[in-house]
Amino acid sequence: MEIGPIWRAMMRNKTGAILIALQIAVTMAIMVNAISIMQERTRVMSRSTGIDEHNIFHIASIGFAEDFNERVTIEEDLAALRGMPGVVNAIQSNSLPLSGGGWSMGFQTEPGAEIDGTSAAVYFVDEHGLDTFGLNLLAGENFSQTDIAWRERSATDWPDKTLVTRAMAEALYPDDPDGALGKTIYVIDDDPVTIIGIIEQMQAPWNGWDGVERVVLTPTHTLFGSTRYIIRTEPGMRDEIMPQVEELLAERNKDRIVRSMRSMDETRERSYRADSSMIKMLTFTIVLLVAITALGIVGLASFSVNRRTRQIGTRRALGASKAAILRYFMTENFLISLVGVLVGAGLTVGLNMFMVETFSLTRISWYLVPAAMLILCIVGQIAVFQPARRASSVPPAVATRTV
Amino acid sequence: MFSYYLKLGWLSIRRNPFLSALMIAAIAVGIGASMTTITVNYLMSSNPIPQKSGSLFYVQLDSWDPNDQGDDGFDLIDQLTYLDAMALMKAGKAYRQIASNRSGLVLEPQGEDERPFSVDTRNTWADFFPMFDLRFQYGSGWDGSADRNLEKVVVLSKEINEKVFGGEDSVGRNLRLNGMDFRVVGVLDTFLPVPKFYDITNGAFNDPEEIYIPFNIAVEYELPRNGNTSCWKPTDGDGFEAFLNSECVWIQFWAELRSEQEKQEYMAFLDAYVEQQKELGRFPKPLNNQLSDVMEFMESQEVVEDDAQVMLGLSLMFLAVCLLNTIGLLLAKFLGKSGDIGLRRALGASRSSLFIQHMIESAMIGLGGGIVGLGLAWLGLRGIEMLFGDYIENMVGMDWVMVLTAVGLAIMSALLAGLYPTWRASRIAPASQLKTQ
Repeated sequence: MEIGPIWRAMMRNKTGAILIALQIAVTMAIMVNAISIMQERTRVMSRSTGIDEHNIFHIASIGFAEDFNERVTIEEDLAALRGMPGVVNAIQSNSLPLSGGGWSMGFQTEPGAEIDGTSAAVYFVDEHGLDTFGLNLLAGENFSQTDIAWRERSATDWPDKTLVTRAMAEALYPDDPDGALGKTIYVIDDDPVTIIGIIEQMQAPWNGWDGVERVVLTPTHTLFGSTRYIIRTEPGMRDEIMPQVEELLAERNKDRIVRSMRSMDETRERSYRADSSMIKMLTFTIVLLVAITALGIVGLASFSVNRRTRQIGTRRALGASKAAILRYFMTENFLISLVGVLVGAGLTVGLNMFMVETFSLTRISWYLVPAAMLILCIVGQIAVFQPARRASSVPPAVATRTV
Repeated sequence: MFSYYLKLGWLSIRRNPFLSALMIAAIAVGIGASMTTITVNYLMSSNPIPQKSGSLFYVQLDSWDPNDQGDDGFDLIDQLTYLDAMALMKAGKAYRQIASNRSGLVLEPQGEDERPFSVDTRNTWADFFPMFDLRFQYGSGWDGSADRNLEKVVVLSKEINEKVFGGEDSVGRNLRLNGMDFRVVGVLDTFLPVPKFYDITNGAFNDPEEIYIPFNIAVEYELPRNGNTSCWKPTDGDGFEAFLNSECVWIQFWAELRSEQEKQEYMAFLDAYVEQQKELGRFPKPLNNQLSDVMEFMESQEVVEDDAQVMLGLSLMFLAVCLLNTIGLLLAKFLGKSGDIGLRRALGASRSSLFIQHMIESAMIGLGGGIVGLGLAWLGLRGIEMLFGDYIENMVGMDWVMVLTAVGLAIMSALLAGLYPTWRASRIAPASQLKTQ
């Protein structure tokens, strides 16, 4: 190979080469870090909420008239909803996964105000809660109808039974999560609550919370003035039933309004919109960036081919084959790219360390670095191919002409 | 001379259309990407009330749980309890002060066939309107006596007045909210603070509320709250009264203090108040009161989102790549004109005039890139608007500052990129170039 002469020729006029190498290095740093952010967001978005998302939707009901009887309204609404053909089950609840707003309470294994409890999201449900959400009960039993309490907005008493997620059981009893069943935990410092069942998995309403899997179900109907119905339909029936439910609730009782009816799919999309937008913006950035870098390589290579037309002609006249000329430019680009990606690897890691420090992002996976090095070298080769081919077709006769 | 250099620059740009287009495109894309993110960051960190942001102070008192290990992610709780907010209102030690919170009510329109709908409301005090310099389309805010006498008055936003009263002067008209009749006293002019500084807790980039009602009315009639409420201590007993007397925080408190002296006096008042409460057994944590002006408060609440900052950093690096690209291309281009340059030098042009000539050419490319980049930035902002939807709609407008910044940044970048190639070009020795011909 003629790497030696190519390298030495490059060193005689190194500014252009250094500029391209730098450009490749910075491109690589941006690209790898952007991909790493995208990977993290994709992972976050792919976490399961634990509920039967595709067949669930929800709708808010807000009472406003002075003689609005909320308890009767809720009882009748639920009876009507559960009686609808195509509806699997329905409940009234304060919140649901991915909705962004809800209750959290601290729970502790010993009573006492001085103890800092483990916080968990609280969903108020009745005995239909498990079926409506489509949750899997690992151990213990569901609530029964007699467990369900009615709670006013500023009430403070807490029902004495609860279902917790496996993750909550692990947080409360790190040494023996399986033994959580039947244990008594305390809420609001010293109000005892017995764990009667353990749910496999369910998410809290806040997808960015680090305790997102810590959930507690409480057997309660709420009388807060405004509430939310969660409805699970037979597979494939959701879109058909949604308008029917809205109409039914709006017509049944004029002392309230219904609003914000959304499928869980839409709720998911809204909840992760910032993340999915970030992924799209980063993808766009990477594509544009690589394109700019590639075009820069094409521009500079074309230029250097133009400048060296006579030199190429001379080499051809002295017996260099077309392939040798092609190889010359390809090798030259490869050497530049190689320097670029090597510097880029360092830059990438440095930028990542800075971002981990400043924005608490995740560290890049090691394999992204060699993968990006390979990709950028290939992009360089593709970009330089056309100018190099043009160089190789310079006829030897050029050497004999004056410009 | 300047116009001659402009002409030379133009000729030179036209001589290599591909190379020139590539340079303009590179600068345009870099400017477009960075201006898009700069605009978003600029708006996120902009001062929503520049004329008096330095004299408006957010009040924080540390009434929180002594056993909380801080795992809830804050150093100092951002809202006040009802007890404290009312005590501060009653003392009235600041020039102006307001306690306020977010709420939602159901509005029943007058027409028989019109369905009721829900509205976002803010419970606040008379001083809210003069304190935040709100301008009125019709009427005015209510005065302090309405707060004291529990008058059912409302101030409407421009938008809700258009929706309910068709945009006409509705002062004196009746408005039915949650089954109660309120009297309209004022209609605001357009009011869209970005960020919505007076209630960061419930979303720094939310839209302002549609209706303002007296705080005391909301408490008297136990109207629903739909802002953030956080509690750490069990309440004594059931009912609304117990809630009001609890350690739950749900109220934002602002004070207007016109001088450093007023601020210090108010701080002393707060400290004295908390010390007195400590004697009653409240405020178990060490004394930690804070007065932050608008910009300090937004800084402490980290209003500018990490994602926006990450994108800003990445897009500035992107601009750097585009500049490296331009430096390379300009260098190639200028050195390609070595013959011309040598000839001009031989005919008597000085190095400095060649330097100026080529800087002008670089600036022309920068101007072109800036203008195209401005268009790209506009497209980028529309794209962000499409991606994020209503969540971000108040943050994608460009004002004149941004337009000038874009063009300025483009020209600066091009000049910077042109510096080295131009220097190299002006160093070309006349003789060596002429000889090879």
